[in-house]
Amino acid sequence: MGAGHAHALYVHEHSAIHNMAPEVKLVATFLFVIAVAVTPRQAIWAFAVYASLLALITLVSRVKPGFLVVRLAAVVPFVLFALLIPFVAGGETVEVLGLTVSREGLWGAWNVLAKATLGAGASILLAATTEISEMLRGMSILKVPPALTAIAMFMVRYLVLVSGELARMRTAMTARGYDPRWLWQAKPLAASAGALFIRSYERGERVHAAMVARGFTGEMPDLGGRRGSRSDWIRAAGLVAVAVTVASFALVFS
Amino acid sequence: MSRVALSVAGLRYTYPDGREALRGIDLEVGVGQKVAILGPNGAGKTTLALHLNGIHEALAGTVTVGSLELRPESVGEIRRRVGLVFQDPDDQLFMPTVAADVAFGPANLGLVGEELEARVAEALAAVEALSLADRAPHHLSGGERRRVAIATVLAMRPDLLVLDEPTSGLDPAGRRELIATLQSLEMTQLVVTHDLPFALELCDRALILDGGVVVANGQTQKLLSNPDLLAAHRLEMPFGFVGFG
Repeated sequence: MGAGHAHALYVHEHSAIHNMAPEVKLVATFLFVIAVAVTPRQAIWAFAVYASLLALITLVSRVKPGFLVVRLAAVVPFVLFALLIPFVAGGETVEVLGLTVSREGLWGAWNVLAKATLGAGASILLAATTEISEMLRGMSILKVPPALTAIAMFMVRYLVLVSGELARMRTAMTARGYDPRWLWQAKPLAASAGALFIRSYERGERVHAAMVARGFTGEMPDLGGRRGSRSDWIRAAGLVAVAVTVASFALVFS
Repeated sequence: MSRVALSVAGLRYTYPDGREALRGIDLEVGVGQKVAILGPNGAGKTTLALHLNGIHEALAGTVTVGSLELRPESVGEIRRRVGLVFQDPDDQLFMPTVAADVAFGPANLGLVGEELEARVAEALAAVEALSLADRAPHHLSGGERRRVAIATVLAMRPDLLVLDEPTSGLDPAGRRELIATLQSLEMTQLVVTHDLPFALELCDRALILDGGVVVANGQTQKLLSNPDLLAAHRLEMPFGFVGFG
């Protein structure tokens, strides 16, 4: 991973997917996730097609499959929940590996498992191939309200600083013998949260002054950058068309 | 004095809590001069810097940049002419990448497309930071951050550069590179600093600000070789500077 890249989810590579304009990737990911979400759970073949689409994009983007699998760990809580469903759901039962489970529950578990994994996989690929600054630019091209993109941008920029400040405050407390174990020892922590808020607020004022000093009048300027080309949109539309066709077939024939 | 780059007359400012920060500042800076503003903590140095760009609104007095007086209707143009570099580069660099941050000022001036890109490249080249363009600000070293912060205002092609404590927190090599960068820039510069050797090296002229007024104004070397004057305003040359303060 390149030293200059801001977030842990990004994989520095030069691939066709990395080079695609961010707004195109955002739209494509969104539509793909919708297609997955509306697909009936019985259409197992459809999920296989979606998974192969993701595998194809992973291959083209040169993101290592291992990276994708490790990041997919984020869906583990949902999977655990899904695994409970067959045991608690009612209705007709079947025997699987000597256990009596609900047929309806099994389908429910499969539904959550497949859709969560595919949705998360698509988002992880988006994040792995798009830098945060590009993602924010894509959002503003897609007419996401500027206040929202600006808030997201400042959060990304200053999260590192604020968490660094918090870590220094904790170190300073530890250095003076504060080692909280019980709830009634939490008061200094609460006070430090307050102090951190004040410090961040004051930094906000200074950042605003720095923006005003460079001619900021309340609206973020358009800094240009590459817009999605025709071929970007065509390639993305191709991928999305496959997903949408599959979803439609699954809906009609199930 | 040749042409005047900046003139401040009778400038007064009181903070909302009633503390008088500036109590009648008068100063003039000629085009191309590099002037240091020295003084103890709380002397009003940063407050003065924030007035030169119209961030703070003066209670009384005037700020004139070139021939343009700072008024509500001229504040936009004044902000283009006066490039203010803040003390903490993390306050100055708020965009996700260095290039985007440098583009912020000129984009606010209405530049777009290739013209904007050229302006960004020009400003980064002036501080030898072209290779940092795509980096995120929090991945830069202290010295790199400071140079990039200067580039963010150079991109607006200011007539006057105002720097607040530019050497604070820099290691000796970073400080050396900063001095070289500032020396290579020909525009008028006003440098607020506690770093007296830095002032001596960069600026021919210096002002001492204390209690919200200018208490001394002259050749940097002369001011810094007057130990009584320095001591009276909580300043002193570092140990080992023979013949100075």
